[in-house]
Amino acid sequence: MHLMCGTIANPVDSGRAIVRVGAASMGQGFFLLFAAVSVITALTVVLARNPIHSALALMACFLQISAIFVLLGAPLLAVIQIFVYVGAIMVLFLFVIMMIDVREAVLQRFVPGGNLPALVLLGLLGIEMLALVLWSDRFSATEPVAVSSGDEVRQLGTTLFADYLLPFEVASVILLAALVGAIVLARRESG
Amino acid sequence: MVPLSWYILLGVVLFVVGAAGVLLRRNILVVLMSLELLLNSVNINFIAFGHYHGDLRGRIFAIFVIAITAAEVAVALGILVALVRNKSTLKVDDVTMMKG
Repeated sequence: MHLMCGTIANPVDSGRAIVRVGAASMGQGFFLLFAAVSVITALTVVLARNPIHSALALMACFLQISAIFVLLGAPLLAVIQIFVYVGAIMVLFLFVIMMIDVREAVLQRFVPGGNLPALVLLGLLGIEMLALVLWSDRFSATEPVAVSSGDEVRQLGTTLFADYLLPFEVASVILLAALVGAIVLARRESG
Repeated sequence: MVPLSWYILLGVVLFVVGAAGVLLRRNILVVLMSLELLLNSVNINFIAFGHYHGDLRGRIFAIFVIAITAAEVAVALGILVALVRNKSTLKVDDVTMMKG
């Protein structure tokens, strides 16, 4: 930041540069905040003993991830994330937690060291992915490619209904099948 | 701007945490929630790559992932309710009815 300000002599340009650098570091600060909170809440999901605490932490994690979607320039996806995950899926989870008795689950101990092969597998997976990401130079892009300006929702809808019509139909059939299946599975046997 | 690798690293961390929940926890509800976490980390990757390469397909696939996740959760919770009604347990290890 100091280097950038020092090299620019024109005060107007330097002011603009400061504004740009300030905006960039503000974006980084917001990203770090959302990422830290989402990782902490994700750890809470896994480590909490009470499933209700896990569900509430998962809700907070989804909110942080939707904020990260806003940072990524996809506000429509952020809204969908809040509607579907926080509005529908978490309510479903909380209803099921209310329907069944979780007191026994609260009492059972959670020992992370109980499953050694799974721990080794997880460690290997994490180390492998971190090494791939950190060593590869394909992920070093700092500026997003400028897409053609226009309405995001319109572009998305045109692409979805023109190029991806068949996957869209298949997804709606899958949702219908899931609806029918959930009703059939959760229905009490009538005689 | 935030570098692309930061988003990828966040996806990696969330994926490992979710995989730890799936593999280490024995409570079925927490296993399902960790599955949601896995799918969300993949969504972050999709949207980050799409944003940095100027491609709309990342968002399209994220929308499909969200739709399929909603279907998966509905069916999984239906199975869970039926399971708890038949066999009052929430532990993954106790569900061995399909084993020969």
